[in-house]
Amino acid sequence: MAIRTQPVTVNLGPQHPSTHGVFRMRVMFDGEEIVDVEPVFGYLHRGSEKLAEERTYTQIVTLTDRMDYVSSMLNNQAYILAVEKLAGIEPSPRGVWLRMIASELQRIASHLVATGFLLQDLGALGTPLIYAMRERENILDMFEMLCGARITNSYLRPGGVFMDAPSEFWPALDRGLNDIVNTIDELETYLSGNEIVFSRTKGTAVLPKELLINASITGPMLRASGVDWDLRHRAPYDYYDRISFERKLHTASDNYARYWVRVQEARESVKIIRQCIEQIEPGEVRPSFDDVPRLIRPPVGDAYAAIEGSKGELGFYLVSDGGIAPYRMHVRASSLINLTLLRDMLIGGQFGDLFVTFGSVDLNMGEVDR
Amino acid sequence: MIGLGLPRGFMVTLKNFLRPAVTEQYPDRHVGLIGAAKAAGMNPFQFLVKKPADSMKAIAGLATVPVAVKQSARFRGNEFTFFEDRCTACASCAKYCPLGIIEIVSVPGKIDAQEGESYKLDVFDIDIGRCMFCGLCVEACPYDALHMGTSFERSRYVRDELIITKEDLFDAPKRPSSFYRPQFEEKGFDPFAETIEDFHDAGRHERPSDEDLKRKWVDER
Repeated sequence: MAIRTQPVTVNLGPQHPSTHGVFRMRVMFDGEEIVDVEPVFGYLHRGSEKLAEERTYTQIVTLTDRMDYVSSMLNNQAYILAVEKLAGIEPSPRGVWLRMIASELQRIASHLVATGFLLQDLGALGTPLIYAMRERENILDMFEMLCGARITNSYLRPGGVFMDAPSEFWPALDRGLNDIVNTIDELETYLSGNEIVFSRTKGTAVLPKELLINASITGPMLRASGVDWDLRHRAPYDYYDRISFERKLHTASDNYARYWVRVQEARESVKIIRQCIEQIEPGEVRPSFDDVPRLIRPPVGDAYAAIEGSKGELGFYLVSDGGIAPYRMHVRASSLINLTLLRDMLIGGQFGDLFVTFGSVDLNMGEVDR
Repeated sequence: MIGLGLPRGFMVTLKNFLRPAVTEQYPDRHVGLIGAAKAAGMNPFQFLVKKPADSMKAIAGLATVPVAVKQSARFRGNEFTFFEDRCTACASCAKYCPLGIIEIVSVPGKIDAQEGESYKLDVFDIDIGRCMFCGLCVEACPYDALHMGTSFERSRYVRDELIITKEDLFDAPKRPSSFYRPQFEEKGFDPFAETIEDFHDAGRHERPSDEDLKRKWVDER
């Protein structure tokens, strides 16, 4: 006797621990197979872009912390680059080196979180996540030494950073970099060769290269398909043109490739920080208040600056009307744009792979909704 | 190689199983008899004889001692440190605050023959229920009167009690964080061990000597 089946619509989220925030999906299943997905977001909308219109340029730094709250330093860097471009500020060299070190540390922390939660979604409850978080904790301690806060840093200012690193930071950084390398070695030992990880992630949610480019996907998702696109290399900002690093590419473009690219990128970030430590020189960390006052009034115009964030191209577009606050701020949030291919990734897949695929995109709902 | 991944992974978890825990207990740490005796300041045998009830508790694993959390000296805590004598009521902090939660009311104060007219602070309220501890007010203070504090245990049941008034700030222990205050770092000031009593020590400049003051205000006039 044939079993009569019918598609079932299931509502997932927004209050679901696996959705990395408050994200809602209406998924239609036919048995175990996903037939249709409708993402619903906006539950974490705080209106950061609008709030920026009534704050001065320095005060907006505190807003950018709260957009992608696992990579605050990178958000700060992207915003500050846009302000410097808009107002024509020449940054102090030591401040630039310091913010490069801080943002590369933040990239490692963000990739560790992404990897840990991907494994959590795979069903490895706790262990890999705790190993990754333990290492992230060291990085957050370093941030506390630098700027007094762990998550909402607000460390960067137009023209550099607000304060030089304390003396105890440099030995801690040396120790921390060695620990990070050890942790990544461990992660790779028990994950990159693990048969369960292979069978769960290899060949799932494959995205063709052309589709990724057409949807303007950036970051580790794009590099996992073999496209050599890294803004640190293609359009070097800060002092990335004085740094040599490898772009790690994978060609499979499946969940495993995305995980692999993130882990390798964290290794490259360690190398970048080591080069920064070699090249940093003593000096002022920000221009004097005569050159860059606390209340900046950029000339009328607009500017767009983008960095290679932990999740893709993170850009800030600022329009100035000559006042103390921007006329308009727009954020090119990489998480939101990477989310657009969710349907293509999920449809035709299995229910068990749903959250794995979702985790491999490495979304942050704070950045999606802003 | 296929087949070796799982055993290798279990070796890693075994190695991590044997390494010491990194978890920190807060606010109390469970101690045994020796730890409880050390906290009471005597050796375990004395402790066992003098305080039998406490030592029984310690042996049963119920004794706890409070622990301090490891913090950086730049930690932006939620108690502000304020030196009223340094404040000129210029309201830079209120202007610089992104949320506008600092309320300042100043009244004309005394008129000094040497230093001219001064302003007295009447109201200085910080609504830390809405504060995000970005530290921009501290960065804006031109006279080093306002500092971030280092403590963080200020939870209250009523929202109104989260408003720090001038009197609260005046009575609070002066343990300023070295956030945006490089002079504390140069002096090697440790906010978790010592306090600053004299407001002259909180500034970014040395206290001028009496000869300097006399030269500035008397001789050069």
